[in-house]
Amino acid sequence: MAATEHGAVGTRASTGSARTGGLPIALSLSKRWCATIVSRWRALLGTALAGSAAPTGAAVLPDDRAEATFHVYDGGGVRATGPAVLVRKSIADRVSLSAQYYVDAVSNASIDVVTYASPFKETRTATDFGADWLVRDTILSLSYNRSVEPDYIAEGVGLDVATEVYGGMTTVSMGFTRSRDLVGKKLQPGWIDRALHWQYRAGLTQILSPRWLVSLNAEAVSDEGYLGSPYRAARVFGAAVLERNPRTRSSRAIKLRSINDTSAIVPRSSFRAEYRYYRDNWDVKAHTAEIGVAKHLEPRLIAEALVRRYSQTQALFYSDNAQAETVFVSRNRQLSTFHTTAVGAKLTYTWPGMPAGTELRLTGSVERKQFRFSNFTDLRTGRPYAYDANVVQVVVSGTF
Amino acid sequence: MRATLLIIASTALLGGCVTLPEPWVKPYERERLSDPIMLVSRHALIDKHREHIHTVREGARGATGVQGGGCGCN
Repeated sequence: MAATEHGAVGTRASTGSARTGGLPIALSLSKRWCATIVSRWRALLGTALAGSAAPTGAAVLPDDRAEATFHVYDGGGVRATGPAVLVRKSIADRVSLSAQYYVDAVSNASIDVVTYASPFKETRTATDFGADWLVRDTILSLSYNRSVEPDYIAEGVGLDVATEVYGGMTTVSMGFTRSRDLVGKKLQPGWIDRALHWQYRAGLTQILSPRWLVSLNAEAVSDEGYLGSPYRAARVFGAAVLERNPRTRSSRAIKLRSINDTSAIVPRSSFRAEYRYYRDNWDVKAHTAEIGVAKHLEPRLIAEALVRRYSQTQALFYSDNAQAETVFVSRNRQLSTFHTTAVGAKLTYTWPGMPAGTELRLTGSVERKQFRFSNFTDLRTGRPYAYDANVVQVVVSGTF
Repeated sequence: MRATLLIIASTALLGGCVTLPEPWVKPYERERLSDPIMLVSRHALIDKHREHIHTVREGARGATGVQGGGCGCN
Protein backbone atom coordinates (compact mmCIF):
# COMPACT_ATOMS: atom_id res chain seq x y z
CA MET A 1 0.00 0.00 0.00
CA ALA A 2 2.54 2.49 1.12
CA ALA A 3 4.93 1.63 -1.61
CA THR A 4 2.43 2.09 -4.36
CA GLU A 5 0.02 4.67 -3.09
CA HIS A 6 2.85 6.87 -1.99
CA GLY A 7 4.93 6.11 -5.01
CA ALA A 8 8.05 5.75 -2.94
CA VAL A 9 9.73 2.49 -3.68
CA GLY A 10 11.93 2.34 -6.72
CA THR A 11 11.58 5.96 -7.72
CA ARG A 12 13.78 7.64 -5.20
CA ALA A 13 17.41 8.58 -5.43
CA SER A 14 18.51 8.22 -1.87
CA THR A 15 21.89 7.59 -0.35
CA GLY A 16 20.71 5.71 2.71
CA SER A 17 23.21 3.49 4.47
CA ALA A 18 23.00 -0.11 5.54
CA ARG A 19 23.04 -1.18 9.12
CA THR A 20 26.51 -2.03 10.28
CA GLY A 21 28.05 -4.61 12.57
CA GLY A 22 26.85 -6.54 15.58
CA LEU A 23 28.13 -6.75 19.13
CA PRO A 24 28.90 -10.05 20.80
CA ILE A 25 26.35 -9.79 23.57
CA ALA A 26 22.83 -9.98 22.32
CA LEU A 27 21.32 -8.32 25.37
CA SER A 28 23.38 -5.17 25.14
CA LEU A 29 22.72 -5.12 21.44
CA SER A 30 19.05 -5.35 22.09
CA LYS A 31 19.23 -2.36 24.43
CA ARG A 32 21.21 -0.46 21.84
CA TRP A 33 18.71 -1.45 19.18
CA CYS A 34 15.85 -0.29 21.36
CA ALA A 35 17.62 2.99 22.13
CA THR A 36 18.18 3.56 18.44
CA ILE A 37 14.54 2.89 17.65
CA VAL A 38 13.36 5.12 20.49
CA SER A 39 15.67 7.97 19.54
CA ARG A 40 14.67 7.67 15.90
CA TRP A 41 10.97 7.78 16.71
CA ARG A 42 11.48 10.59 19.19
CA ALA A 43 13.27 12.58 16.52
CA LEU A 44 10.60 11.69 14.03
CA LEU A 45 7.73 12.69 16.27
CA GLY A 46 9.58 15.80 17.38
CA THR A 47 10.01 16.83 13.80
CA ALA A 48 6.44 15.96 13.01
CA LEU A 49 5.09 17.96 15.89
CA ALA A 50 7.39 20.89 15.33
CA GLY A 51 6.76 20.78 11.62
CA SER A 52 9.87 22.80 11.00
CA ALA A 53 12.34 20.55 9.29
CA ALA A 54 12.39 20.23 5.55
CA PRO A 55 12.05 16.69 4.25
CA THR A 56 15.56 15.42 3.90
CA GLY A 57 14.71 11.85 3.02
CA ALA A 58 13.72 10.57 -0.37
CA ALA A 59 10.22 9.32 0.34
CA VAL A 60 7.81 11.20 -1.88
CA LEU A 61 4.20 12.22 -1.53
CA PRO A 62 1.67 11.04 -4.11
CA ASP A 63 1.39 13.15 -7.24
CA ASP A 64 -1.15 15.93 -7.36
CA ARG A 65 -3.99 14.45 -9.35
CA ALA A 66 -7.63 14.47 -10.26
CA GLU A 67 -9.56 11.35 -11.26
CA ALA A 68 -13.09 10.87 -12.43
CA THR A 69 -14.60 7.46 -13.03
CA PHE A 70 -17.85 5.79 -13.92
CA HIS A 71 -18.30 2.23 -12.73
CA VAL A 72 -20.80 -0.52 -13.44
CA TYR A 73 -21.35 -3.80 -11.63
CA ASP A 74 -23.99 -6.03 -13.17
CA GLY A 75 -24.65 -9.58 -12.06
CA GLY A 76 -26.86 -11.85 -9.99
CA GLY A 77 -29.80 -9.48 -10.29
CA VAL A 78 -27.84 -6.57 -8.85
CA ARG A 79 -26.86 -3.57 -10.91
CA ALA A 80 -24.76 -0.87 -9.25
CA THR A 81 -23.61 2.13 -11.24
CA GLY A 82 -22.30 5.54 -10.46
CA PRO A 83 -19.59 8.14 -10.72
CA ALA A 84 -16.65 8.74 -8.42
CA VAL A 85 -14.15 11.56 -8.22
CA LEU A 86 -10.81 11.91 -6.50
CA VAL A 87 -8.77 15.06 -6.02
CA ARG A 88 -5.34 15.16 -4.43
CA LYS A 89 -3.23 18.27 -3.85
CA SER A 90 0.02 18.77 -2.00
CA ILE A 91 0.96 21.76 0.09
CA ALA A 92 4.56 22.91 0.36
CA ASP A 93 5.77 19.45 -0.76
CA ARG A 94 5.19 18.20 2.76
CA VAL A 95 1.47 17.54 3.09
CA SER A 96 -0.85 15.99 0.56
CA LEU A 97 -4.60 16.34 1.01
CA SER A 98 -7.12 14.16 -0.77
CA ALA A 99 -10.87 13.91 -1.09
CA GLN A 100 -13.03 11.26 -2.74
CA TYR A 101 -16.71 11.10 -3.52
CA TYR A 102 -18.29 7.86 -4.66
CA VAL A 103 -21.82 7.01 -5.66
CA ASP A 104 -23.46 3.59 -6.04
CA ALA A 105 -26.97 3.63 -7.51
CA VAL A 106 -28.14 0.10 -6.73
CA SER A 107 -30.97 -1.77 -8.36
CA ASN A 108 -31.31 -4.93 -6.32
CA ALA A 109 -33.14 -8.06 -7.40
CA SER A 110 -30.63 -10.53 -5.99
CA ILE A 111 -31.61 -14.09 -5.19
CA ASP A 112 -32.14 -13.19 -1.52
CA VAL A 113 -34.45 -10.38 -2.54
CA VAL A 114 -36.48 -12.26 -5.13
CA THR A 115 -36.82 -15.27 -2.80
CA TYR A 116 -37.96 -13.52 0.34
CA ALA A 117 -38.65 -9.84 -0.49
CA SER A 118 -39.29 -7.40 -3.32
CA PRO A 119 -36.76 -5.80 -5.66
CA PHE A 120 -35.72 -2.30 -4.60
CA LYS A 121 -33.55 0.63 -5.61
CA GLU A 122 -31.36 2.74 -3.38
CA THR A 123 -28.27 4.93 -3.50
CA ARG A 124 -25.11 4.72 -1.46
CA THR A 125 -22.70 7.63 -1.25
CA ALA A 126 -19.22 7.44 0.22
CA THR A 127 -16.97 10.35 1.11
CA ASP A 128 -13.31 10.00 2.04
CA PHE A 129 -10.84 12.61 3.23
CA GLY A 130 -7.13 12.01 3.72
CA ALA A 131 -3.99 13.83 4.72
CA ASP A 132 -0.48 12.50 4.10
CA TRP A 133 2.40 14.14 5.93
CA LEU A 134 5.95 13.63 4.71
CA VAL A 135 8.53 13.59 7.49
CA ARG A 136 12.03 12.62 6.33
CA ASP A 137 11.68 9.06 5.00
CA THR A 138 8.30 8.57 6.59
CA ILE A 139 4.75 9.31 5.52
CA LEU A 140 2.08 9.67 8.17
CA SER A 141 -1.45 9.28 6.82
CA LEU A 142 -4.70 10.19 8.46
CA SER A 143 -8.01 9.31 6.85
CA TYR A 144 -11.72 9.61 7.45
CA ASN A 145 -14.47 7.87 5.52
CA ARG A 146 -18.24 7.94 5.67
CA SER A 147 -20.68 5.83 3.71
CA VAL A 148 -24.40 6.54 3.75
CA GLU A 149 -27.31 4.38 2.62
CA PRO A 150 -30.95 4.89 3.59
CA ASP A 151 -30.68 2.06 6.11
CA TYR A 152 -26.94 1.91 6.82
CA ILE A 153 -24.33 4.46 7.83
CA ALA A 154 -20.67 3.56 8.24
CA GLU A 155 -17.85 5.87 9.24
CA GLY A 156 -14.27 5.33 10.28
CA VAL A 157 -10.93 6.97 10.94
CA GLY A 158 -7.55 5.53 10.06
CA LEU A 159 -3.92 6.21 10.83
CA ASP A 160 -1.09 4.77 8.77
CA VAL A 161 2.68 5.12 8.95
CA ALA A 162 5.02 4.08 6.15
CA THR A 163 8.76 4.50 6.34
CA GLU A 164 11.63 3.65 4.04
CA VAL A 165 14.67 1.93 5.43
CA TYR A 166 17.70 0.05 4.22
CA GLY A 167 18.81 2.47 1.56
CA GLY A 168 15.27 2.82 0.25
CA MET A 169 15.06 -0.86 -0.63
CA THR A 170 12.55 -1.62 2.08
CA THR A 171 9.30 0.08 2.98
CA VAL A 172 7.69 -0.82 6.28
CA SER A 173 4.12 0.23 6.98
CA MET A 174 1.54 -0.22 9.67
CA GLY A 175 -1.90 1.17 10.24
CA PHE A 176 -5.08 1.12 12.23
CA THR A 177 -8.69 1.87 11.38
CA ARG A 178 -11.57 2.21 13.79
CA SER A 179 -15.04 2.32 12.32
CA ARG A 180 -18.64 2.30 13.41
CA ASP A 181 -21.80 1.28 11.58
CA LEU A 182 -25.39 2.17 12.27
CA VAL A 183 -27.79 -0.47 11.00
CA GLY A 184 -31.37 0.32 10.12
CA LYS A 185 -34.32 -1.37 8.50
CA LYS A 186 -36.71 -0.01 5.95
CA LEU A 187 -40.16 0.98 7.24
CA GLN A 188 -38.78 0.97 10.76
CA PRO A 189 -37.79 4.42 12.01
CA GLY A 190 -34.45 4.94 13.75
CA TRP A 191 -31.54 2.52 13.95
CA ILE A 192 -32.05 -1.03 15.06
CA ASP A 193 -28.47 -1.79 16.03
CA ARG A 194 -24.82 -0.90 15.48
CA ALA A 195 -21.46 -2.52 14.78
CA LEU A 196 -17.89 -1.61 15.63
CA HIS A 197 -14.79 -2.61 13.67
CA TRP A 198 -11.09 -2.56 14.47
CA GLN A 199 -8.55 -3.12 11.70
CA TYR A 200 -4.82 -3.53 12.33
CA ARG A 201 -2.50 -3.89 9.37
CA ALA A 202 1.20 -4.11 8.61
CA GLY A 203 3.13 -4.33 5.40
CA LEU A 204 6.62 -4.82 4.05
CA THR A 205 7.71 -4.02 0.51
CA GLN A 206 11.16 -5.13 -0.58
CA ILE A 207 13.17 -4.44 -3.70
CA LEU A 208 14.95 -7.70 -4.45
CA SER A 209 16.61 -6.73 -7.70
CA PRO A 210 16.47 -3.94 -10.31
CA ARG A 211 13.60 -5.93 -11.86
CA TRP A 212 11.85 -7.56 -8.91
CA LEU A 213 9.61 -6.26 -6.12
CA VAL A 214 7.87 -8.30 -3.43
CA SER A 215 5.49 -7.26 -0.70
CA LEU A 216 3.90 -8.89 2.29
CA ASN A 217 0.72 -7.54 3.89
CA ALA A 218 -1.07 -8.76 6.98
CA GLU A 219 -4.29 -7.56 8.51
CA ALA A 220 -6.34 -8.47 11.56
CA VAL A 221 -9.95 -7.35 11.82
CA SER A 222 -12.24 -7.56 14.82
CA ASP A 223 -15.94 -6.81 14.71
CA GLU A 224 -18.51 -6.46 17.39
CA GLY A 225 -22.22 -5.78 17.15
CA TYR A 226 -24.80 -6.53 14.49
CA LEU A 227 -22.99 -8.46 11.77
CA GLY A 228 -25.83 -9.69 9.60
CA SER A 229 -28.68 -8.34 7.53
CA PRO A 230 -32.13 -7.61 8.94
CA TYR A 231 -33.64 -8.66 5.61
CA ARG A 232 -31.93 -11.99 5.08
CA ALA A 233 -33.71 -15.22 5.95
CA ALA A 234 -32.30 -18.56 6.98
CA ARG A 235 -34.04 -21.91 6.46
CA VAL A 236 -34.71 -24.27 9.33
CA PHE A 237 -36.65 -27.44 8.51
CA GLY A 238 -37.58 -25.71 5.26
CA ALA A 239 -39.16 -22.72 6.97
CA ALA A 240 -37.84 -19.19 6.62
CA VAL A 241 -36.57 -17.60 9.84
CA LEU A 242 -34.50 -14.49 10.51
CA GLU A 243 -30.81 -15.28 10.43
CA ARG A 244 -28.97 -15.30 13.75
CA ASN A 245 -25.26 -14.41 13.56
CA PRO A 246 -22.71 -14.18 16.37
CA ARG A 247 -22.11 -10.63 17.53
CA THR A 248 -18.33 -10.88 17.34
CA ARG A 249 -15.98 -11.88 14.56
CA SER A 250 -12.22 -11.91 14.35
CA SER A 251 -10.22 -12.53 11.19
CA ARG A 252 -6.64 -12.73 9.96
CA ALA A 253 -5.38 -12.34 6.43
CA ILE A 254 -1.94 -12.41 4.90
CA LYS A 255 -1.01 -11.58 1.33
CA LEU A 256 2.17 -12.10 -0.64
CA ARG A 257 2.73 -10.25 -3.88
CA SER A 258 5.52 -10.33 -6.45
CA ILE A 259 6.05 -8.08 -9.47
CA ASN A 260 8.71 -8.81 -12.04
CA ASP A 261 9.93 -6.78 -14.96
CA THR A 262 9.86 -9.33 -17.78
CA SER A 263 11.29 -7.12 -20.50
CA ALA A 264 14.03 -9.66 -21.10
CA ILE A 265 11.36 -12.09 -22.33
CA VAL A 266 8.71 -9.75 -23.77
CA PRO A 267 9.80 -6.15 -24.44
CA ARG A 268 8.54 -3.60 -21.90
CA SER A 269 6.35 -5.97 -19.92
CA SER A 270 5.80 -7.06 -16.33
CA PHE A 271 4.30 -10.04 -14.53
CA ARG A 272 2.46 -9.91 -11.22
CA ALA A 273 1.48 -12.78 -8.92
CA GLU A 274 -0.47 -12.56 -5.65
CA TYR A 275 -1.72 -14.98 -3.06
CA ARG A 276 -3.84 -14.30 0.04
CA TYR A 277 -4.78 -16.65 2.82
CA TYR A 278 -7.70 -15.76 5.06
CA ARG A 279 -9.30 -17.36 8.11
CA ASP A 280 -11.62 -16.21 10.84
CA ASN A 281 -13.24 -17.51 14.00
CA TRP A 282 -16.46 -18.23 12.12
CA ASP A 283 -14.38 -20.97 10.48
CA VAL A 284 -14.35 -19.35 7.07
CA LYS A 285 -11.09 -20.12 5.29
CA ALA A 286 -10.33 -18.57 1.93
CA HIS A 287 -7.62 -18.65 -0.70
CA THR A 288 -7.21 -15.91 -3.28
CA ALA A 289 -4.75 -16.16 -6.16
CA GLU A 290 -4.29 -13.61 -8.89
CA ILE A 291 -1.85 -13.20 -11.74
CA GLY A 292 -1.56 -10.32 -14.14
CA VAL A 293 0.55 -9.08 -17.00
CA ALA A 294 1.13 -5.53 -18.22
CA LYS A 295 2.80 -4.33 -21.40
CA HIS A 296 3.52 -1.10 -23.22
CA LEU A 297 1.92 -1.71 -26.60
CA GLU A 298 3.30 1.60 -27.79
CA PRO A 299 4.80 4.54 -25.90
CA ARG A 300 1.37 5.92 -24.92
CA LEU A 301 -0.63 2.73 -24.55
CA ILE A 302 -0.46 0.18 -21.73
CA ALA A 303 -2.43 -3.07 -21.84
CA GLU A 304 -3.07 -5.27 -18.83
CA ALA A 305 -4.75 -8.62 -18.27
CA LEU A 306 -5.53 -10.57 -15.12
CA VAL A 307 -6.91 -13.87 -13.92
CA ARG A 308 -8.24 -14.25 -10.38
CA ARG A 309 -9.42 -17.29 -8.46
CA TYR A 310 -11.11 -17.15 -5.07
CA SER A 311 -12.40 -20.04 -2.99
CA GLN A 312 -13.73 -20.33 0.54
CA THR A 313 -15.21 -22.81 2.96
CA GLN A 314 -18.46 -22.22 4.81
CA ALA A 315 -18.97 -20.69 8.24
CA LEU A 316 -19.69 -22.99 11.16
CA PHE A 317 -23.28 -21.87 11.47
CA TYR A 318 -24.08 -21.69 7.76
CA SER A 319 -26.74 -24.03 6.54
CA ASP A 320 -28.65 -24.21 3.30
CA ASN A 321 -31.53 -25.81 5.18
CA ALA A 322 -30.82 -26.50 8.84
CA GLN A 323 -32.11 -29.78 10.24
CA ALA A 324 -31.67 -28.80 13.87
CA GLU A 325 -32.39 -25.72 15.96
CA THR A 326 -29.12 -23.95 16.79
CA VAL A 327 -28.21 -20.71 18.54
CA PHE A 328 -26.76 -19.28 15.34
CA VAL A 329 -27.98 -19.97 11.85
CA SER A 330 -27.39 -18.19 8.56
CA ARG A 331 -28.11 -18.71 4.90
CA ASN A 332 -25.92 -15.84 3.81
CA ARG A 333 -24.36 -17.17 0.62
CA GLN A 334 -21.21 -15.10 1.27
CA LEU A 335 -20.68 -17.48 4.21
CA SER A 336 -21.26 -20.65 2.18
CA THR A 337 -18.75 -22.78 0.29
CA PHE A 338 -18.14 -21.30 -3.13
CA HIS A 339 -15.54 -20.19 -5.60
CA THR A 340 -15.13 -17.28 -7.96
CA THR A 341 -13.20 -17.13 -11.20
CA ALA A 342 -12.51 -13.84 -12.92
CA VAL A 343 -10.72 -12.62 -16.02
CA GLY A 344 -10.12 -8.97 -16.76
CA ALA A 345 -8.40 -6.54 -19.09
CA LYS A 346 -7.45 -2.89 -18.89
CA LEU A 347 -6.17 -0.32 -21.38
CA THR A 348 -4.56 2.98 -20.43
CA TYR A 349 -3.89 5.69 -22.99
CA THR A 350 -1.78 8.75 -22.22
CA TRP A 351 -3.02 11.79 -24.09
CA PRO A 352 -0.35 13.48 -26.25
CA GLY A 353 0.51 17.17 -26.33
CA MET A 354 -0.01 18.00 -22.68
CA PRO A 355 2.07 20.76 -21.06
CA ALA A 356 5.33 19.71 -19.43
CA GLY A 357 4.83 18.28 -15.97
CA THR A 358 1.24 17.27 -16.57
CA GLU A 359 -0.32 14.06 -17.85
CA LEU A 360 -3.81 13.11 -18.92
CA ARG A 361 -4.77 9.43 -19.07
CA LEU A 362 -7.85 7.58 -20.19
CA THR A 363 -8.37 4.10 -18.78
CA GLY A 364 -10.99 1.48 -19.47
CA SER A 365 -11.25 -1.82 -17.66
CA VAL A 366 -13.58 -4.80 -17.91
CA GLU A 367 -13.81 -7.88 -15.73
CA ARG A 368 -15.98 -10.97 -16.04
CA LYS A 369 -16.69 -12.87 -12.83
CA GLN A 370 -18.24 -16.30 -12.31
CA PHE A 371 -19.70 -17.17 -8.92
CA ARG A 372 -20.32 -20.87 -8.31
CA PHE A 373 -21.92 -21.94 -5.02
CA SER A 374 -21.55 -25.47 -3.70
CA ASN A 375 -24.21 -25.55 -0.99
CA PHE A 376 -26.52 -22.64 -1.62
CA THR A 377 -29.63 -23.79 -3.42
CA ASP A 378 -31.55 -21.64 -5.86
CA LEU A 379 -35.04 -22.26 -4.49
CA ARG A 380 -36.56 -21.41 -7.87
CA THR A 381 -34.81 -24.31 -9.60
CA GLY A 382 -33.63 -26.55 -6.78
CA ARG A 383 -30.08 -26.49 -8.17
CA PRO A 384 -26.88 -25.01 -6.71
CA TYR A 385 -26.90 -21.28 -7.32
CA ALA A 386 -24.52 -19.73 -9.85
CA TYR A 387 -24.29 -16.45 -11.65
CA ASP A 388 -21.97 -14.33 -13.75
CA ALA A 389 -21.20 -10.65 -13.26
CA ASN A 390 -19.56 -7.94 -15.33
CA VAL A 391 -17.56 -5.04 -13.95
CA VAL A 392 -16.80 -2.07 -16.19
CA GLN A 393 -14.88 1.05 -15.24
CA VAL A 394 -13.89 4.11 -17.24
CA VAL A 395 -11.44 6.56 -15.70
CA VAL A 396 -10.08 9.93 -16.76
CA SER A 397 -7.13 10.94 -14.64
CA GLY A 398 -4.77 13.86 -14.73
CA THR A 399 -1.59 14.56 -12.82
CA PHE A 400 -0.33 18.08 -12.49
CA MET B 1 -0.36 -15.44 20.74
CA ARG B 2 2.54 -16.86 22.75
CA ALA B 3 4.27 -17.94 19.55
CA THR B 4 3.85 -14.45 18.11
CA LEU B 5 5.38 -12.87 21.20
CA LEU B 6 8.27 -15.35 21.04
CA ILE B 7 8.94 -14.46 17.42
CA ILE B 8 8.86 -10.73 18.18
CA ALA B 9 11.15 -11.13 21.20
CA SER B 10 13.58 -13.32 19.26
CA THR B 11 13.65 -10.85 16.41
CA ALA B 12 14.34 -7.98 18.81
CA LEU B 13 17.13 -9.88 20.56
CA LEU B 14 18.78 -11.21 17.46
CA GLY B 15 18.23 -8.12 15.35
CA GLY B 16 21.41 -6.47 16.55
CA CYS B 17 23.52 -9.57 15.94
CA VAL B 18 22.84 -9.83 12.24
CA THR B 19 24.99 -7.85 9.85
CA LEU B 20 22.97 -7.00 6.79
CA PRO B 21 24.71 -6.57 3.47
CA GLU B 22 24.92 -3.16 1.86
CA PRO B 23 21.75 -2.32 -0.09
CA TRP B 24 22.46 -4.12 -3.32
CA VAL B 25 20.06 -2.28 -5.60
CA LYS B 26 21.37 1.25 -5.92
CA PRO B 27 19.05 4.18 -6.59
CA TYR B 28 20.38 4.57 -10.11
CA GLU B 29 19.45 0.93 -10.81
CA ARG B 30 15.76 1.44 -10.08
CA GLU B 31 14.64 2.87 -13.38
CA ARG B 32 12.78 -0.30 -14.32
CA LEU B 33 10.98 -0.36 -11.00
CA SER B 34 9.57 3.13 -11.54
CA ASP B 35 7.94 2.16 -14.84
CA PRO B 36 4.11 2.40 -14.58
CA ILE B 37 3.77 -1.29 -15.43
CA MET B 38 5.65 -2.14 -12.23
CA LEU B 39 3.24 -0.27 -9.97
CA VAL B 40 0.75 -2.30 -7.98
CA SER B 41 -1.83 0.40 -8.31
CA ARG B 42 -2.13 3.28 -10.73
CA HIS B 43 -5.81 4.03 -10.24
CA ALA B 44 -6.98 4.42 -6.67
CA LEU B 45 -10.65 4.63 -7.64
CA ILE B 46 -10.57 1.47 -9.76
CA ASP B 47 -8.84 -0.47 -7.01
CA LYS B 48 -11.20 0.77 -4.36
CA HIS B 49 -14.27 -0.12 -6.40
CA ARG B 50 -12.87 -3.57 -7.13
CA GLU B 51 -12.02 -4.13 -3.49
CA HIS B 52 -15.50 -3.04 -2.46
CA ILE B 53 -17.02 -5.62 -4.82
CA HIS B 54 -14.87 -8.38 -3.34
CA THR B 55 -15.62 -7.38 0.25
CA VAL B 56 -19.37 -7.33 -0.38
CA ARG B 57 -19.58 -10.49 -2.52
CA GLU B 58 -17.03 -12.70 -0.77
CA GLY B 59 -16.46 -13.83 2.80
CA ALA B 60 -12.79 -12.90 3.08
CA ARG B 61 -11.44 -9.43 3.74
CA GLY B 62 -8.26 -7.60 4.59
CA ALA B 63 -4.56 -7.56 3.66
CA THR B 64 -5.34 -6.14 0.25
CA GLY B 65 -3.44 -2.90 0.59
CA VAL B 66 -6.61 -1.03 -0.33
CA GLN B 67 -8.62 0.75 2.30
CA GLY B 68 -12.28 1.45 2.12
CA GLY B 69 -15.38 1.81 4.17
CA GLY B 70 -19.08 1.33 4.10
CA CYS B 71 -21.24 -1.63 3.52
CA GLY B 72 -23.41 -1.42 0.44
CA CYS B 73 -24.46 -4.95 1.24
CA ASN B 74 -27.89 -4.65 2.80
